[in-house]
Amino acid sequence: MKYKSLIINNPEELMFGIAPKPVKTRRGLEIGGGQVYAELNFTLPVMSINDNTLNQVYAHYREIAEGALERALHLNSKGVVLEFETLLEMTKTPSIGVEIVKIMNGICEDYYQKFGLKSEIRLTPNDLREFERPAKQRSSQFLEPLFELFEQGMIAGGDLLSIESTGGKEVSDEALMMCDVKGMVFALAVLGVRDMQFLWEKIVSVANKHGKIAAGDSACGFANTAMVLAEKKYIPKVFATIVRVISVVRSIVAMEQGAVGPDKDCGYEGPFLKAITGIPISMEGKTAACAHLSPLGNIASACADLWSNESVQNIKLLSGMAPTAYLEQLEYDARLMNEALRAGKMHCQVLQQLLVASDVYTDPQALILSPENVIRISKELVKGDSYVANARNGALAALDIIEEALRSGRMKLPELETGYLPILRDDLNTIPDNESEFIAMMLPLIDQSKFIPAEYGL
Amino acid sequence: MEELLEKLLEAVEFGKVDKKSPYPPQLRDMDGAHELTIRAIETGIKPQKILEEALIPAMERVGKKFAECKIFVPQMLMSARAMGSSMFQLKPYFASGAIKTKGTFIIGTVKGDLHDIGKNLVSMMVEGGGWSIVDLGVDVGADKFVEALKNNPGAVIGLSALLTTTMVNMGEIVANIREQAPETKILIGGAPVNDDFCQKIGADFYAPDPQKAVEYLNRIAS
Ligand code: B1M
Repeated sequence: MKYKSLIINNPEELMFGIAPKPVKTRRGLEIGGGQVYAELNFTLPVMSINDNTLNQVYAHYREIAEGALERALHLNSKGVVLEFETLLEMTKTPSIGVEIVKIMNGICEDYYQKFGLKSEIRLTPNDLREFERPAKQRSSQFLEPLFELFEQGMIAGGDLLSIESTGGKEVSDEALMMCDVKGMVFALAVLGVRDMQFLWEKIVSVANKHGKIAAGDSACGFANTAMVLAEKKYIPKVFATIVRVISVVRSIVAMEQGAVGPDKDCGYEGPFLKAITGIPISMEGKTAACAHLSPLGNIASACADLWSNESVQNIKLLSGMAPTAYLEQLEYDARLMNEALRAGKMHCQVLQQLLVASDVYTDPQALILSPENVIRISKELVKGDSYVANARNGALAALDIIEEALRSGRMKLPELETGYLPILRDDLNTIPDNESEFIAMMLPLIDQSKFIPAEYGL
Repeated sequence: MEELLEKLLEAVEFGKVDKKSPYPPQLRDMDGAHELTIRAIETGIKPQKILEEALIPAMERVGKKFAECKIFVPQMLMSARAMGSSMFQLKPYFASGAIKTKGTFIIGTVKGDLHDIGKNLVSMMVEGGGWSIVDLGVDVGADKFVEALKNNPGAVIGLSALLTTTMVNMGEIVANIREQAPETKILIGGAPVNDDFCQKIGADFYAPDPQKAVEYLNRIAS
């Protein structure tokens, strides 16, 4: 792993709105430069996407962007990011995705020219490679439309580039269900890392070619899946917590390849990335309850630079269209954080402490996101010589933190949960430092009909 | 005889696949579902009895514990694996018609959609409830469902969707199935769908979770 030390060593410096390496955008947002901005994410209501409905599809995105920016203007917003997460048809036929970016970018530009409202589009194509099973991560026919959308979408006005890439998911889906921590390390720290290297080298190079911003990835398909499963009580929360920590060594590869942030909203591994690399991050919490439930509503914003809602359908609520309503919620949260930032360090710390204290001991997944714990775990995540060793070390540190919180009586977990702690520790302790040794240990244990080793350079 | 079935029930309930399996710790070095099923067949216990008095009740207990949040999915999966190893021994009797499952359940995530974790859980629990499963995987269009139905006449169809833009494909699939075999029972599920939607597209039942799916299937099987 390229990173050997942290950019932020002091928990007090891991603060919302401030990143050591802020990102400046075309229309003047300074993400991580002393402000928190809303990042609105949205999706279509129940409908098909086909030739007959395309005009309706475009009308939805026009309505979403106009509604959100009009509301932002009304609320004196300092700036907004609109995240366009494409749906299958928009990536498979890139011209559809590009047209939507064009429509929304036109609206952003209009509000900028007329009213000085700064906004930017994050373009997040969905990872089409998954449609082939086992996925052909490197030789897939789907890479072509995916990169065409990246490139043409950038030209059309998508300034921040992201993806929720899925390399390693073939192995992680089963490992998650079996609470197989070694399987998760293999999926994320071996397969995930290799795929991220492959993908992000390409994304960074197209972004640089067009002067755009390679922002970052998200371990959504791994760690958020774990979180959602834990919320449904399908797998233990302590396991989901460990998966989150392991996912850091995978998501950080985007930065190693040259991505500069803001990291993507649904990557709750963002705080670790911020501490290690200094990039700004997007986060989501209570405001994402429209898309999925979580145990991290407040603490997730403790060091956010963009504050997001994950995704909301364009449907009518009593107040107005749902994306407009969510923009308002995000904006008020951002306003509060910005007021603290304006008032100075002490105010920021008080607000952050409240955000942290209100969640931290209610769930182990929240526990590891307190700034102290993020720094403590991050130190372990960069200490080893391989991604595998770092994943293991980080996970063990998280286990220590959970056990300390239990011993002190500040956190309580049922026996069904605590019973997993020694099992996870024992399993983690069998993971060697050396990646090749680990691969040799794991390959015979993994169903190789589910993934193609050569597609990961193995 | 009864004792053997009781042991098999316990092995499946606690996920003991075979003797060498280290899980669960309390049954270490004891026979698992694999060995116990072989013994039961050798002893002359009727395969139908093995299914009805050991395997299905074991999985019912597992389903109940899961519904009451007393176990997590991995424990349930281990039970499913133990049941699978037992079913493997019983396979010839299914083929010869000596035992019958409650029916066949054809399940898939609809066209355009790759979300399959929920679908896999449903499929596993329905299998545990004594049904034969035909899992068509993800991104499945109407033609594949219709073809699977042709190969398994009388099967119940299960459709899963997680996206607002793919749930609409359920309507097309239901219409196609109704054209080919109007009496087919169709069950739907997935985060964005609900009862209203189910009625709108003419499906028979909406299950919010795997347990409700199993309950519905058991109701129509009896
Ligand atoms: C037949 O009878 C039955 C009966 C009951 C049935 C049933 C069938 N099927 C399900 N049930 C029921 O029983 C199950 C067990 O309790 C339940 O199943 P569930 O599937 O609901 O529950 C599972 C046990 C756990 N839940 C899950 O596994 C889904 C969780 C969320 C977070 C989710 C995940 C994990 C993923 N995703 Co996706 N994902 C989301 C999800 C948020 C949400 N609110 O659901 C959702 C659905 N995704 C979304 C999106 C946008 C996308 N996803 C995508 C990809 C992925 C991952 C690969 C990263 C991963 C899937 C992993 C996998 N193998 O399935 C992309 C699409 C891929 C595709 N074409 O399908 C992508 C487009 C993202 C992108 N840009 O890349 C959103 C939908 C937006 C919309 N328009 O509807 C979303 C709401 C999250 C969000 N962004 O807000 C019940 O619904």
